[in-house]
Amino acid sequence: MSVGLEVSHLRVVFDEYVAVDDVSFRVAPGESFGIVGESGSGKSTILRAICGLNPIGAGRVALVGEGTLPLPGSKPFRRLVQMVFQDPYGSLHPRQTVDRILAEPLAIHGIGDAERRIERALDEVGLGTGFRFRYPHQLSGGQRQRVAIARALILEPQILLLDEPTSALDASVQAEVLNLMEDLRRRRHLTFVMVSHDLAVVTHMCERLMVMAGGRAVETLAADELSSGRVMSEYTRTLMEASAGFRRQAAG
Amino acid sequence: MRSSSVSWHDWLMSDRPASRRQASLGRAYAGWRTFARNRLAMAGLLTILALVVVAALADVIAPHSPYEGSLSTTRLLPPSWTFPFGTDDQGRDILSRIIHGSRITLFIVVLVAILAAPIGLLVGTVAGYAGGYVDAALMRVTDIFLAFPRLILALAFVAALGPGIENAVIAIAITSWPPYARIARAETLTIRRTDYIAAVKLAGASPFRIVLRHIMPLCVSSVIVRVTLDMAGIILTAAGLGFLGLGAQPPMPEWGALIANGRNYVLDQWWVAAAPGAAIFIVSLAFNLLGDGLRDALDPRADK
Amino acid sequence: MRNAPVGPLLDVDDLRIAFPNREGAYVEAVRGVSFQLGRERLGVVGESGSGKSQTGRAILGLTPPQGRVTARRLAFDGIDLLTCPERQRRDLRGGRIGMVLQDPQFSLNPVMTIGEQIVETLQAHERVSNREARERALAMLAAVQIDRPERVYRLHPHQVSGGMGQRAMIAMMLVADPDLLIADEPTSALDVTVQLQVLKILDRLVSERGMGLIFISHDLRLVSSFCDRILVMYAGRVVEEIPSGRLNEAQHPYTRGLLDCLPRLGESRHPLPVLQRDPAWAR
Repeated sequence: MSVGLEVSHLRVVFDEYVAVDDVSFRVAPGESFGIVGESGSGKSTILRAICGLNPIGAGRVALVGEGTLPLPGSKPFRRLVQMVFQDPYGSLHPRQTVDRILAEPLAIHGIGDAERRIERALDEVGLGTGFRFRYPHQLSGGQRQRVAIARALILEPQILLLDEPTSALDASVQAEVLNLMEDLRRRRHLTFVMVSHDLAVVTHMCERLMVMAGGRAVETLAADELSSGRVMSEYTRTLMEASAGFRRQAAG
Repeated sequence: MRSSSVSWHDWLMSDRPASRRQASLGRAYAGWRTFARNRLAMAGLLTILALVVVAALADVIAPHSPYEGSLSTTRLLPPSWTFPFGTDDQGRDILSRIIHGSRITLFIVVLVAILAAPIGLLVGTVAGYAGGYVDAALMRVTDIFLAFPRLILALAFVAALGPGIENAVIAIAITSWPPYARIARAETLTIRRTDYIAAVKLAGASPFRIVLRHIMPLCVSSVIVRVTLDMAGIILTAAGLGFLGLGAQPPMPEWGALIANGRNYVLDQWWVAAAPGAAIFIVSLAFNLLGDGLRDALDPRADK
Repeated sequence: MRNAPVGPLLDVDDLRIAFPNREGAYVEAVRGVSFQLGRERLGVVGESGSGKSQTGRAILGLTPPQGRVTARRLAFDGIDLLTCPERQRRDLRGGRIGMVLQDPQFSLNPVMTIGEQIVETLQAHERVSNREARERALAMLAAVQIDRPERVYRLHPHQVSGGMGQRAMIAMMLVADPDLLIADEPTSALDVTVQLQVLKILDRLVSERGMGLIFISHDLRLVSSFCDRILVMYAGRVVEEIPSGRLNEAQHPYTRGLLDCLPRLGESRHPLPVLQRDPAWAR
């Protein structure tokens, strides 16, 4: 069953610095939700706060769906919510093989049948058996990111948090990984919360999105509203124009 | 014969390992090849291996008994074919004493490494990962141990526990672990903030599991390098204790004690002190070279 | 304005750069790149492993020591870069050829103030008094649209934002008035709005001074809007050379694949067209 997410009045403070200030949003079960902003906007901090990597100063994070749902930070919560990190070169343990990296979450939760699950996970992300015992330094950026996705999915979560999953990849590899993620989402009925600075990627992958700046939510709108330029905030418009790219001044 | 050795190499260097064993052996093999390219490091390694062999076969190799000597006939003889390093003031063959003394040296060095390194590693990783009060408390304890000059503190322990080689080992180990704790802590502070540790936390791992199975393996190589480089200092400290009569007791042929013995005769019968001194020098140098080579080979940046 | 040089500003013919692999054998990262550059803007586009950065560094002589650089010809304004003495190479670097790198946090010296670094670059190439060097450094900081140059002059790189650091880097590289600027992903580490600012500044300065520019990037669309001509590199080779105005007439399947594969705002293509790599491109 799909599970959604509700974030209410979230506030995250590091020492004196307010990284996230009173942010609220709701992600329906099975929906793909994007969070866009530039560096320092607090978008990655929100994701890390949701899964408990950053302490929450105020506000609430709760799962939405049928039945009793685990609370954030508990072990059952970990099985439902997983994350794919931005930097493929930093998200895999340098001294562990792909096999060990994938086996670890299973071992932690005492899930048996590891062999079959690992092979299936690799298969799902398009990596053959030859990759199973390689070390991360023997993999390309795109391959590492696939392993990271396989790791996130091996516990069969319902919600996937994606922190700029393709920013560090080459253009041609980006498209493959984006397609892979879309495909997985469709097959497993996952809920996505995706953070990016790239408007094109977010509008491609997400149905609704929230624009952030300086720790605050500037605007929440549907992806096709953004695509067609029906935005309300000046900041969003500036972002859109900047994303359109550089226009060279006429010579003279 | 030739074709099977080629296939071993290919199997180990394969880009598509088919099992955990192949992957970790392949990795070890690649590290070995990097190490082996360093001539000086290999020289150090071979010297240490020679030391191990000499210590193991001391009974067989030594030409004479290290404990028996004749005061009337063989006292303080200069180096000759029968006694390659000469004899000491009790008529004992110095070469045989050095050969048997290598066992003691090895014993001390290995025991100190086995005791001090794990303590340092554990204290450092726990302090680095836990942070806060635990970190502060552990680091203050480390600082206290670091503040004492090693030989003085070892002296104090030996004086309290009584002279003898086991107590010397304990004393040296107690004063050796703080630098390893510092190194392990520094590495842990960096590792702690990485995404792969965050990922394992997200998978629900307990702090124990994270420190033991994910952080410690990454700190081990730095600590190993440091331990190897420290071995020279450990040998010298043990020799110092022996020199002062607080380590190995006579008639044990510990190298420091041998030098102490030769101190009285250094002007006319220089060989009594020079030979064990040279032995200490060579072994310390070998450990230093080995440690340098290990550091280059185990450098994590080489993995990228 | 400058005198028109005799011959091309930069002449590269069959440049090859090889590095030793784990087994000690040499593997070529750049395999026969050839191009000429006048006082124009050339974009070099490729992904990681294409050899584009190594090409830029070879021109400056910044190839890592274990690399091996060979070419039929590698000349800057008539000077043969392969055989010229190291001293002359040093004079060229920062003096007549400047290079702007990706992340100012890593390319600016963290223990020197920004002003000191600019002055150092200037004084390495021209005999100027300290006072004149300082004035020119301040003028340069103003030219890159830094609001209060005297304030930024005294700051260290970690005290300024990425965009400002990159502008400082540009100032440092242009202060000695080079003929050629090589920019290696100068805006990739910056936020999108800041990217535009920095690119506008670069655009203006390059036009004003009549410099040659080599713009190395992975972003084909950015390069096509900024440069006159584009070289597309794949696996160490140039697979296509095309004027940027005619990019949509690109012939090589890799170029076409690169153009198509990224999501575009306003378009909805599910799934995205994926680049089908043909091993023939790498030959």
